[in-house]
Amino acid sequence: MLGPKKMSGPHKTPNPHNIPWHRNPDIRGYIAQGLLAALIAWGLYVIYGNTVTNMEARGIPIGFGFLNEVAPFGVAFSPFIDFTLGESTYLTIFFIGIQNTIIVSILGIIAATFLGFVIGIMRLSPNWFVSKFASLYIEIFRNIPILLLIMFWNFAVFLPSLPLPRQSLGGDGFFLNKRGVYLPKPMVENSGAFIAFLVAVVAGILVIWGLRRYAKRQQEQTGKSFSGLLAGLGVLMVLVGLSALIFGSPFIFDTPTLGRFNLTGGIEIPLPLFSLWFALTTYTAAFIAENVRGGISAVSKGQWEAASALGLSRTHLLRFVIIPQAMRVIVPPSISQFLNLTKNSSLATAIAYEDIVAMWAGTALNQTGQALIIIAMTVLVYEILSLTTSLILNIYNKRIQLVER
Amino acid sequence: MSALIKHTPLPDRPPPSSQTGIVHWAKQHLFSSTTNSLLTLASFYVLFLLVPPLVNWALLSATLEGTDRSACEANGGGACWTFIKIRFNQIMFGLYYGSHPEQIWRPVLAFFMLIGLVAPLFIERFSYKGLLAGFILLIFPFIAFALIHGAWLGLPVAETNEWGGFMLTFILSIVGIIAALPLGILLALGRRSELPVVRSFCVFFIELWRGTPLITVLFMASVLLPLFFPSGVDLDKVLRALIGITLFQSAYTAEAIRGGLQAIPKGQFEAADALGLAYWEKMTFIILPQALKISIPGIVNTFIELFKDTTLVSIIGLLDLLNMSQTAAQSAEWRGYDTEAYIFAAFIFWIFCYGMSRYSQNLETKLDRGHKN
Repeated sequence: MLGPKKMSGPHKTPNPHNIPWHRNPDIRGYIAQGLLAALIAWGLYVIYGNTVTNMEARGIPIGFGFLNEVAPFGVAFSPFIDFTLGESTYLTIFFIGIQNTIIVSILGIIAATFLGFVIGIMRLSPNWFVSKFASLYIEIFRNIPILLLIMFWNFAVFLPSLPLPRQSLGGDGFFLNKRGVYLPKPMVENSGAFIAFLVAVVAGILVIWGLRRYAKRQQEQTGKSFSGLLAGLGVLMVLVGLSALIFGSPFIFDTPTLGRFNLTGGIEIPLPLFSLWFALTTYTAAFIAENVRGGISAVSKGQWEAASALGLSRTHLLRFVIIPQAMRVIVPPSISQFLNLTKNSSLATAIAYEDIVAMWAGTALNQTGQALIIIAMTVLVYEILSLTTSLILNIYNKRIQLVER
Repeated sequence: MSALIKHTPLPDRPPPSSQTGIVHWAKQHLFSSTTNSLLTLASFYVLFLLVPPLVNWALLSATLEGTDRSACEANGGGACWTFIKIRFNQIMFGLYYGSHPEQIWRPVLAFFMLIGLVAPLFIERFSYKGLLAGFILLIFPFIAFALIHGAWLGLPVAETNEWGGFMLTFILSIVGIIAALPLGILLALGRRSELPVVRSFCVFFIELWRGTPLITVLFMASVLLPLFFPSGVDLDKVLRALIGITLFQSAYTAEAIRGGLQAIPKGQFEAADALGLAYWEKMTFIILPQALKISIPGIVNTFIELFKDTTLVSIIGLLDLLNMSQTAAQSAEWRGYDTEAYIFAAFIFWIFCYGMSRYSQNLETKLDRGHKN
């Protein structure tokens, strides 16, 4: 008879001596893992062998050498990285791709957050019409493929309805036409004035920070509250104004001007970037709006009533009681949405915006035939973005856990 | 005395007239405060700006008659639904069936067979669900392929590169989700396994696909996959897309199922161990039946995402619903009617996605039997 034994875990057998080795879960575990490892190694070996043979058959050299070759095609949009046709290499193309992906993602994230919050709050409005508008928006945009949306805005709305460059809409430095959006470009002319401007901004931010701390202490000690942020912003504006008065204007604006056929000068936002940004924003905003609605409704009714019973004004009620609790529910899924937006920006290739997939995994791949390396580098970029996002998410989750009791 | 005491309560009196009816509702929902009233008026104004032109364009001055663009051009102004009507078969069934309307019964029959087979699974008292599901998963795909592809019983051949339209979108998403299911189950089990090699492989595999956009995966499938196989193997374009979609989808399915596995109380695992069940017995008979049931809403949600994402195959040159509509709108005959093409495609996607998301929400409430605590 077996006496009562301690079970130390589901895979530890009570009496390993009585059972044959091939039924021992521990040994079976090792065998299974060995088999899996062997299978993966064999698969990789076969794939590697086939790839090498196939690439040799096509006459494509394997290796990173092509990165230093000169890229034989032009780039239309690269605001921060210089590109010269005939000089810049494939490596530059890779970095321009990353840059353009990041630009549209950041612009999209900012706009989608803003629009998402507006629609999410509209969804909770006591006004029947406003609430229904918001839910109509959410249900329409959530249930349509993002690629369709991108192509719809670009090919069915913006391209047919916007005028040719000669008849550009707008004026005073802001223009809109089939080629894109044109804005005034701030340029540093007088470096002394620019440094003074920077110093004024930094000093202003420090004042805001100090005033907010002071306001908080004042409130805790005396119960009197004033807005440190507003007062600080006032100081910031005075400081910037003074620096501009003494040292001159920090920027001059290079405004686009309408020539006979085209616009010259200023910042040019090409229409594909604009359409992509617009589509990503309208699509992701629907998901963020749902998060916002869910987050605010997750705060229990008792919290609203208790805060009202304490006599908090509506602003204070929202700012100190509801929003801090709702944010905990809103932020984590919204960060995943930001990552989705970044991944969806890869659909730029459908409307020829030069992001990493369109330019690197598309044009550069077709030119060089280096499928393996180019796809691996593209995947790596997205993996890094995705891992960074989950890192931020984990840090945030830890922080809000500490705030809890 | 007793005549003064009533033993039955009087019926409730109706609420005062100010508390019922449309006026009260409007007072409460539309004009409860100054801001609210202003918002209502603003909403009326927005509706006034948007609705009449939209209705006018889509319905009142739209064209449905005629067989070519002259009908739409003569009418001007409104939407040209004639275009959709004439190209309907092509947009729904692709190039081959678009030009062979007498063969359309084949995909339609396959579609209704699928519906007829799946329907009993939703009847709670139907007792051969396992058998039927096995038939749908293992045998039906071959029947459907034989029907749609042809070259069998004298049916004319419809090559896969001539498949397209909504039919292709539907095939890609259905095959994608079904093929991803077993892989997803294995990956989800592997991710929670106690064997380090298995676990780390599964985590790596899942995170690899989840971190990458589908378009990169499809590029991978279309340019990298042929490199991986010996030079003699020639993979079909649709098959390559399906492999990419399945691998990608398996990672998301795995995460949905992992959610279900995590919701199973520890006692279930311990009870199965106490019965002396081995790992696979424990999983097949105790854990998975419960876990899969809870993860159905999650799987449906990933399916909706997949259904929308199949549009990306148009970038690698397959003629799915989106690409087919766009191609139809760019033909010499119908150039310039992109808006109608996109709106029609969007409408079909919307109906399916909205329907499925409502279904998954209902299911979530129905299946919520205290597992979440």
